[in-house]
Order: sequence, then C-alpha cells, then structure tokens
Amino acid sequence: MIDFTSAQIDFSLIAPEISLLVAAFIILLGSSFKKPAQAAPIIALLGIAVSISFISNQWHHQVSGFYGMVTCDNFGVTFKLLFSIIAMLGVLIAQKYLQVKNINKPEYYALLLISTMGMMVMANTTDLVVIFLGLEIMSVPLYVLAGFARRSLESNEAGIKYFIMGAFASAFLLMGIAFIFGASETTDLRRIVADFSFNLSQSRTLLLSGIGFILIGFAFKVGAAPFHSWVPDVYQGAPTPVTAFFSVGPKAAGFAALLRIFSYGFDEVELLTNLFWGLAVLTMIVGNVLALKQTNIKRILAYSSIAHAGYIFVALTVGGSNAISSAIFYLIAYTLFNVGGFAIVTIMETRSNAKPELKELNGMAKAHPYLAAVLALFVFALSGFPPTVGFIGKFYIFSEAVKHGFIWLTVIGVLNSFASVYYYFKIIKAAYFENTDAEFKRFDLNLSMIVLFIICAVGTLGIGLFPQEIINISKSAIFAFL
Amino acid sequence: MDSSILTLTTFFPAIGIILLLFVPKEKTDTIKGLALIISVVTMILSFAAYYMFDPLASGMQFEVNIPWISSFGINYHFGIDGISLLLIVLTTILTVLSILASWNSITTGIKGYFISMLLLEVGMIGVFCALDLFLFYIFWELMLIPMYFIIGVWGGPRKLYAAIKFVLFTMFGSLLMLVGIMYLLYEYQAMTGEFSFDILKLTSTLALGFEPQLWLFGAFALAFAIKVPLFPFHTWLPDAHVQAPTAGSVILAGVLLKMGTYGFIRICLPMFPEATIAYLPYICTLSVIAIIYGALVAMVQKDIKSLVAFSSVSHMGFIMLGLFALNMQGLEGAVIQMINHGISTGALFLLVGMIYERRHTRMIEDFGGLAKVMPLFTVVFMIVTLSSIGLPLTNGFVGEFLILLGMFKSNYIYASIAAVGVILSACYMLWMFQRVFFGEVDKEENKKLLDLDAREKLILLPLVILIFFIGIYPAPLFSRIEPAVKNVLQQVNKAKSVYLDEEYQIRYYKDNTGQNELTLHTDEEQKSK
Repeated sequence: MIDFTSAQIDFSLIAPEISLLVAAFIILLGSSFKKPAQAAPIIALLGIAVSISFISNQWHHQVSGFYGMVTCDNFGVTFKLLFSIIAMLGVLIAQKYLQVKNINKPEYYALLLISTMGMMVMANTTDLVVIFLGLEIMSVPLYVLAGFARRSLESNEAGIKYFIMGAFASAFLLMGIAFIFGASETTDLRRIVADFSFNLSQSRTLLLSGIGFILIGFAFKVGAAPFHSWVPDVYQGAPTPVTAFFSVGPKAAGFAALLRIFSYGFDEVELLTNLFWGLAVLTMIVGNVLALKQTNIKRILAYSSIAHAGYIFVALTVGGSNAISSAIFYLIAYTLFNVGGFAIVTIMETRSNAKPELKELNGMAKAHPYLAAVLALFVFALSGFPPTVGFIGKFYIFSEAVKHGFIWLTVIGVLNSFASVYYYFKIIKAAYFENTDAEFKRFDLNLSMIVLFIICAVGTLGIGLFPQEIINISKSAIFAFL
Repeated sequence: MDSSILTLTTFFPAIGIILLLFVPKEKTDTIKGLALIISVVTMILSFAAYYMFDPLASGMQFEVNIPWISSFGINYHFGIDGISLLLIVLTTILTVLSILASWNSITTGIKGYFISMLLLEVGMIGVFCALDLFLFYIFWELMLIPMYFIIGVWGGPRKLYAAIKFVLFTMFGSLLMLVGIMYLLYEYQAMTGEFSFDILKLTSTLALGFEPQLWLFGAFALAFAIKVPLFPFHTWLPDAHVQAPTAGSVILAGVLLKMGTYGFIRICLPMFPEATIAYLPYICTLSVIAIIYGALVAMVQKDIKSLVAFSSVSHMGFIMLGLFALNMQGLEGAVIQMINHGISTGALFLLVGMIYERRHTRMIEDFGGLAKVMPLFTVVFMIVTLSSIGLPLTNGFVGEFLILLGMFKSNYIYASIAAVGVILSACYMLWMFQRVFFGEVDKEENKKLLDLDAREKLILLPLVILIFFIGIYPAPLFSRIEPAVKNVLQQVNKAKSVYLDEEYQIRYYKDNTGQNELTLHTDEEQKSK
C-alpha cells in the first residue's frame, strides 16, 4: 500500500517531466541561434528518449512523494509512456508540414513538450489540484498550437475557439474541485473516497454536484457529446499535425484523469453509472451519425474521434478493474491508428494547396500502392476490423460490458461501430474505387514520415495479431491503486 | 506433419502474398504464374489432408491447440471433420480455377488482384478450420476485406454500390454475432470459472437456458442467414454477384455462401439445439419462400449472371431446408449439396464469364443459336445446367434427392412445396438455355464467336469430372461426412428429448400402464392413498 502522506522529496519521481521541460527550454533558448528549426526536432526526440528511460525505471515502483502530491504507480507510468509515444509521433508528423506551410518555428516542438509534460503531471497524481495544474500546463500550449499557423484564418479561429471552450471547461472543473473540497475538506482522491462512504448524510449533494462538474469539465476536454461542438471546427482549423496530437494526447490525458477519479469507488453510485451510460450512448451516436455525411477527411476523423471517446465511455460505464484496463488498451490502440490516419491527411496537405477532401484521394492506389495499403489498414483499424488492433480494443471493451450485464449498451455500441463502417469505407472508396485513372499529385515523403508510418502500421497490425503483451501491461497498470 | 497440415494449408497463400509483394507490378506474367503456383500447391496440400483424413474416426482430426491470447482464453485451435474437409478441398479447387479464369479478364491492378485472391483463400480456409470462436470470427471478417476490394476495384459499372452493400449487410450480422460470442464467453466463465472460446468445449459443457439460447441463436443465425443468404436478407447477393468479376462471383457463390450454412452446422445446431427446434418452423418457412421466390425471380431475369445469382438464392434455400430437416438424410444431403452448389454454380459463373469475355454482354436476348457456333461450349453448359437442375447421374440429383427425402420424413408440407422448386429450376434454366443456344444465329456478332480454348477447357474439365463423379459414385464423400453429421445430430437429438420431455413422459406413461386415458396423480393424492 502506498503511504500517501509521504513527505519524501524525491526528484526521480518527476524526472520524466523534468527532462521534457529541460528539452523544451533548450529548444527555446537555442532558437536564438542560426537555423534553429533543424535542431529542434532532434532535441525534442532526445528529450523524449531520456524521459522514456526515466519512465521505464519507474515501472512497478509504487512510491508517493511531495506530501502526497505526486503518486508514481503503474497506472501513471503506463500513461506517461503513452504520452511520450504520442509526443514522439507529434514530432515526427510535423517536420515536413511545418516547412511546407512556412511555419517552421522551433516553438512548435517546445510547446509540444511542455504540453506533454502537463499530461504527465495529470496522470501522475491522486490529488485533484495537481490534476488541475497538469490540465492547465497541458492546455495552454495547446491553445497556442491550435493557432500556430498565424497567417491562416481557420487556424486562428481554431485557437480562439479552443481557448474559450477550454477555459470554460477548466472553470467547470475548478468549481467541481471546490465543491468537493467543501464537502470533504481534502483534495486527495483517496481521502475523498474514504469520506464519501462515511459522510453520506451531511454533504452528499455537495459532493455529487462536485463530481458532476468535474465530469462536465472532462467531458469538454475529451470531446464527449453533448460537449463536443468545438471538436470538428478546432480539429479542422488547427494545423494537421497539431490536430493529430489533439485527437490522441489531451484525450488520453483526460481519460487518464477520468479513470483515476472515477475508479476510486465512485462508480458504485448508480447515478454515475446511468450518467456514464447516457454519455457513452450519446457520444457514440452523435459522433457516428454526424460523420456520415462529411466529405472532408479531417472532419470525418474529428467526428470519428468523438465516436471513439464514446467507446471508451462504455468502459467507464462498466467500471471495475478489467474495464479500466480495457480503456487503457483502447487508448493505446487508438493512438496508433488515429495518428496514422492523420498522418495521411498531413501528407495530403503538404502538396501544393491541397485540401483534405475525399476526392483528392482518387487515384492514390495507383500512384502510391503501398501507402494506400497502409491507409486501408488504418481505416480497417478505425472501423474495428480484425486482425487489427482496433478490433481487439473494441472486443476488450465490449466483452467487459457483456460480462457485467450491459448487453444493450454493447448492442448499441456494436451497431454504432457498424454505422461507422459506412463513412470510414468512403475513404477506401475514394482511394481505390473511384476515378482510378485520375491525375494524382504525388506525395512527397520524407524520412520522419516514413518512420511514423512504419511505427503506426506495425503497431496496428502487430498488436492486433499478438495483443497479449499490451493486455498484460494494461492489466498491471491498474495493479497499484485499486 | 499430421497436425501441421491445416496450418500449412491455411497460411500457404499468405506466404504467396509476401512473395508477391516483392514482385514489381510491371511483371504481370510472373505475378500470375506465382499466384497460380501458390494456389496449386495449396490445393495439393488440401488433397494431402484429404488422403490423410481418416473417414472412420469420429470427432475432429489434425487438431492443433496453442494458447494465443491467454487473458481471454483464446487459443489457436484448428481441426477439421468431414464437413470442413470437403469444403476446404472445394475452396482450394475453386481458387485455382478462379485464378485461371482471371488470367486475361483482369487487366488493371493485377498485383493487388492476386494478392486479394490469396488473402481471400486464407480467410476461407481459416473459417473452415477454426475451432475457436474468436479465431472463427477473425477469419470470417478477414475474408470480407479482399472481397470488398475485388468487387469494388475490379467490378462492373455499379461496383461502388454493390461493394458497400455487401460489406454493410455482412457486417451487420457479424457484429451481432460478436455480441453473441462475448455472451457465450461470459456464460462459460460464469459456469466454469475460466475463459474459453473453444467451440468443442462450449458445445459439450455449456448448458444454456432456453431463453438465452433463443437470443444467441438469433444473433448467430442472423449473421449466417445474411451470408447464406436466406430470404429476406438476400438483397445484397444479386448486386454483389452481378457486379463482381467472374472469379469474384465464383468464389462468392462457391464458397462464401457456404460459410453461412457451415456456421449453422458447426455452431447454431449443436450449440443451441433447443432454440434450433424452436426456430425450426420459421427457418423452414423462410427457406421454402427462398426456394420458390428465388426461382420465380430467376425466371424473369434478362441477364444470365443475375439469373444464376437468383438461382443461388433458390438452391441455398434447399440446403437450409436440408439442414433443418434434422435427420441423417437431410443433413447429409445438405452437406453434399453445399459442395454440389459450389461446383455447378461456380461452373455456371465461369461459363457466363467466358461468354462475356467474347461478347461483352450477358443479356439473354443478345444471344441465340450459339450451339451452332460454339458446340463444345454448349455441351459443357448443358452438363452444368443439368447438374444445377438435379438430373440423375449428375451431382445435383444426389443432394436434392436426399434433402427432399429427409424433409419428407420430418415435414411433408415443406417438402412438397420445395419439390415445386425443383420443377421451377428446370423451367428457368432450360428456358434460358433454349433462348441462348438454340434457334438461328440471328445476330451478326455471334457468328464469329470462337469455341473454348485450351485454358478454358482446363478450367472446365475438373468441374465436369466432379459433376459426374459425385453424381455416380458419391460414397467416398458420404463416408467422410457421416461421422461428422452424426455428431451434430447427436447434439440436436439430446435437446429434442429434453424439449419434448413432457410429451415423451406422457407417452411413456401411457405405454407402461396401458391406460388410454391419462390420469395424473399429484403427490398429495399419492400420500393420501
């Protein structure tokens, strides 16, 4: 059992965060030199590598420190590892795009690293205030990143929109934390849970409404319906590498916090189960139905990311340790194929004034047979076809749901997944079936993009075929704190 | 060797796919040759499995059982009985013929096409080998992907519509089946405390209540019925068949449709026997409707290919009827007919493809008097037509006769209506044959048509041989099917006795007491006595 009042000041607990921050500062300082942009991605990757090496040392070390503010357990370590991978993909995906769009500033990488650091802070604690702190460290750089293409109106719009919505969500979250503090006089989750079972009579309403506000705050952040309306516009307007990062990073961090908060025993409240049930169903349906008529791939992926959040909410509805590990597994899986999908959009946009419309893909199968096959792989993973990891992830979540008796929820989820096939396959249709002889402006692939495709494709197919290792990791992720 | 033969047969085409990836796409002859060699070797491997198969043994043979994803109890569990053996051999033969048939007709994206064909073969053989539900589902879905591409890329004018319709229909059923699979997993775990997807274990140990059985049967049966396709889920089939390239249609009709009926035999009947009996009247009614409806619609088709497609609906109705006769004759007939339908409809699609390559039309009205121009083609077409109708000495007769015999035993009303379907099938096939081949050659374009060339003869010869072989001497097939069918029937009959428990008890009571009137004594009465 972790001693959660530990006053130990142990910097190895926050070494991964520090190494990211150091790398970010080096990049910022280095930007005063000549040609800074070329070195920046390399420094960023180095920082991430150092961070990963620190993280891997923390595996199975259940320690708490900084007066209970930092808790280093397997759950946090798993998510930190996921965030590092996301940051790495975020670096790899951006290089070419930034050059072509003439926004190749080293700040991109610095902001990316700082934001990743914020996510790590979020996952690494059991204290609500620290979670909020992490959330803000994560979000503020993202507001800037969304508006990173300064000359583009759409990007500016995305930045403002994301900022306003994000601030709104943060306010809700903070209010929720304040309510909970008022009810239980602590912000440490483990104590709140202890109080929750004792002090039911006195401040139950206060505590429940606090939890409700927190839920709303995070529902905004992960883009769950009915708080999803910012998602398509921000995703479409932001520079595509940033969108790729948005769609996986903050989402994983938001779910990390949600899983952490609601797996501490709140899920036994029937009200919350019903609430999650409603959120899950609504999010899945809204995401999938609104995606059906889209013709812009970026928007399709934006709505699909809403739908995927819905599938993870199914796991939250079910609750229990196995369901949480299924959610973790899904987040890992989703990262691989979703970034892969956005990477295709990114290279589409690096051609001269190309828009990510479906018809722009016509003729791709002929011009780039291998890349088209990789695209098809990502699409199959997104729609949950075996033997890709997308199928295993959905299977894991839904089998947990069936096991706990949520059969109708499973049926709704599965039918949603069925509906999603229609719009995902429009991408394949455009790339393979329609106007196959159309003149195709060839993609310009650079090394970092190829590395990214290899990572995503091998991960999508490889984990799909041999998921046991990742399942083990996601199972031991919840080993400590439950 | 014994246990690895199935793995080898299933994944040998996958090796071919990897090899094909390294061949530059300009070298079309190398690609075609390589694909042909790979598929022929796969066929030889499946023949090896056929010869190593022990027809007398009951139960599964060549079993492999290796843990794969241990946290869900998912095993790599392969094994075949006589039913799957025959379907695997059918699959490998039809794949070779399809690859030969695509030799000249596929002109674009040759590399992708042959990769798709081989991937399809992996999926099809895998479905027939898998004894683990999870594995079964994976292969079931895997096969959807190459078929989607084959229809969508190399299909006819309305390929986009047909391809997505095919995928959506199949997906709808299979996703509900997935929920069913998960539920089975949960039930098994609640009962035994461990996870397992093993079809054999589930069949033998799971004692499901009547209500869950009804739901589960519904979930699985919907997936299989869409694949068969049973009326009213058949609407994807004419579109997919007509738009697919010849080889796609052959595989679709020859093998893919059989997966539905195979699923019924392997999963629905033995696993949910009580629900089977409860659903029996509905499924039989739908089958009979499919037989008559399919035949009537086939009669009015103008396109030969869609005529054959609708005849499939009718014939698959027969197979379903045979399965749900739930007796030895019906089931054996159904299994044999699954093979027969693969051969005869496969041959019909190949023949239609050959004429289409020459004339670029499939409309019946565009032909006439072909018998004079293409005598050999006409003879082969006649043989296949007769086999499809079910003339004695051809394979179709054996299957249809047994099915009708089985059905007459269990319910003569369905059987009598279905027998009308046999007559109707003679009507539409022969009428079409007459309009295409007899009469005067009145179209200028038809006068210079060439007869079968060597490649086409090579494709058709094995099918013609099989038609007569099964028609005259079906014993080797039956001897392999029989133990497997017995196993299935045993499971179903167990349930029959449970389901009809009360009725049987009453009869037993009557027999033993010799009383004509039934008197039931309650416990209290007995006590008072």
